[in-house]
Amino acid sequence: MKKILLMGNPNVGKSVIFSRLTGVNVIASNYPGTTVEYTRGYMRLGNEKVEVIDVPGTYSLSPTSKAEKVAVEMLKQGDLVIDVVDATNLERNLNLTLQLLKDGKPVVVALNLWDEIRHIGILIDAEKLQEILGIPIVPTCAITGEGIKKLVSEIPFAKANTYEYEEEKRWEKVGEIVSCVQKITHRHHTFLERLEDVSIKSVTGIPLALVSLYVVFNIIRFIGEGLIGIIFEPIFENLWAPLIMRLSDFLGNQGFIHDILIGKLVEGKISFVESLGLLTTGLFVPLAMVLPYVFAFYLILSFLEDSGYLPRLAVLVDNVMHRFGLHGLAIIPMMLGLGCNVPGAMATRVLETRRERFISATLMAIAVPCMAQIAMIFGLIGKYGAQGLAAVFGTLLVVWIVLGVLLNRLSKGESPEIFVEIPPYRLPYVGALLKKLWMRTRWFLREAIPYVLFGVFIINVLYSLGIIQFIGRLSAPVITGILGLPQDAVGALIIGFLRKDVAVGMLLPLGLNLSQLVVASVVLTMYFPCVATFAVLIKELGTKDMLKSTLIMISSALIIGGLLNLIL
Amino acid sequence: MEKVDLTQLEEGESGVVVDIQGGYGLVRRLESLGIRVGKKVTKVSSQFMRGPITVRIDNSQVALGFGMARKIIIRVAK
Repeated sequence: MKKILLMGNPNVGKSVIFSRLTGVNVIASNYPGTTVEYTRGYMRLGNEKVEVIDVPGTYSLSPTSKAEKVAVEMLKQGDLVIDVVDATNLERNLNLTLQLLKDGKPVVVALNLWDEIRHIGILIDAEKLQEILGIPIVPTCAITGEGIKKLVSEIPFAKANTYEYEEEKRWEKVGEIVSCVQKITHRHHTFLERLEDVSIKSVTGIPLALVSLYVVFNIIRFIGEGLIGIIFEPIFENLWAPLIMRLSDFLGNQGFIHDILIGKLVEGKISFVESLGLLTTGLFVPLAMVLPYVFAFYLILSFLEDSGYLPRLAVLVDNVMHRFGLHGLAIIPMMLGLGCNVPGAMATRVLETRRERFISATLMAIAVPCMAQIAMIFGLIGKYGAQGLAAVFGTLLVVWIVLGVLLNRLSKGESPEIFVEIPPYRLPYVGALLKKLWMRTRWFLREAIPYVLFGVFIINVLYSLGIIQFIGRLSAPVITGILGLPQDAVGALIIGFLRKDVAVGMLLPLGLNLSQLVVASVVLTMYFPCVATFAVLIKELGTKDMLKSTLIMISSALIIGGLLNLIL
Repeated sequence: MEKVDLTQLEEGESGVVVDIQGGYGLVRRLESLGIRVGKKVTKVSSQFMRGPITVRIDNSQVALGFGMARKIIIRVAK
């Protein structure tokens, strides 16, 4: 099958065009490096079915990061290239176009962000550009779909090697072309541009970042709590509980099947958190405790991504990250990790060196709890007031900092400096934002519910076979001796390999006091990643580094858990 | 005419890149994001404690580390 590659500089809208062409939805944002792995899709071209590949962005064909390496490797396999060009930055983008033209694959250019150039006072003569380069040039506005049809119809006219030049004179040639086809007119600064300046200057940017953080946190809590209180809890309590109660009576309120499906009744009633049955806790935890917060978090994250704020935040925190042997961009895997550690681990690819990826992935896996876990910790400890929550998240923050500094000292090698394009602020396009939110929510549901149900099932089986009790006795010196938790807490640690949210939920029936809850929550975050994250980390870091990382996780979890147990 | 490196430029000030004091690798990396000899750059911001510098070239903004910025020599018209 013919392979069509979508290539271009980072953050020019390749993923949006990909979605338009193939109907396959991929995450697109407003910062360079959103796509770190290629995605395949298919489209019809006349009577032929062709493969379309969304390639990570690259500035040139001599790569400087892992994602760019992926791009250059992909080029070898392609039959045709759609070069997506950011019309607002013609010069820098044409530099890659000329390199692609020399590579020998037929090229067609999508001159994207065509709508934006008018706003910023640029005029481009696309026909003249087409004349000079000798390949089809199609102005597009991917986000609204303008020009995509034309682009598809021009694909058969793609040509290779139409523009000859000497390698040393590439920039000169680019300059000539640009001065030939582009005119810049005067214009006034817009409000968004003023905001750009304010949010990246340290004097104004740092206070603004702190205020934004505070606002974001409260919006997430407001939406999360609101959805739970107004929609999900009433549905479960008023509609679902009576049905399940009837089923329970039908099953005789006990027995193995009853325990698996409904779980143990608490004072003759269903407790959605404590019963630990498939139809009770297995559904209530992912849907009514975690989903609302995940939804709220991804709504805000998607907005931040599409607006273009994240790279600016990266510049502001660059200094702090340097203490960890990282640079500012490492804030992106950390932020994504707060949603789910899996995309967080993938996003470590925005960093250039293996050392940085090791440090950032280890730090994230240890000290950044995912939203599912955060939601459960809120549900569990929140009722004791802010003190307990502050203890959990304060500890994790300290661990993040101290471990970051230690890892920087102990890992060999240098860390490079930040070097990144800062995209303009854009008002997020509502349709695209909602689509992304829906994709991520659906992804959560698909990933979470099977694992949660499997986890709940396994707990029941392990308990009834006496295995958890057995491991509990074996591990008592650690669990009780060092961490000060009851033996039964080992069940939560075992299930934590599968799903951290269920694991936190399992602490509730144990009747722990506040300090034990704090210890258990911190240890559950730190000791090991969930199985989904673990699999991605092995892929990203390799077995040897992952083994190192795992040792750090387990030992630091025991040290911190032990210390907390002594202090609290 | 005065020559300074990028870190010494004031916020909001512009100049033309006249030299990049680094190896081929650095030159190539910088030029891939549009920073090369002959280009006009405007400094947008700098951060405390030798943090990254943000500059505007044509229509795009680029943030780069302090160490990198020191190797970029700018001619300022005063």
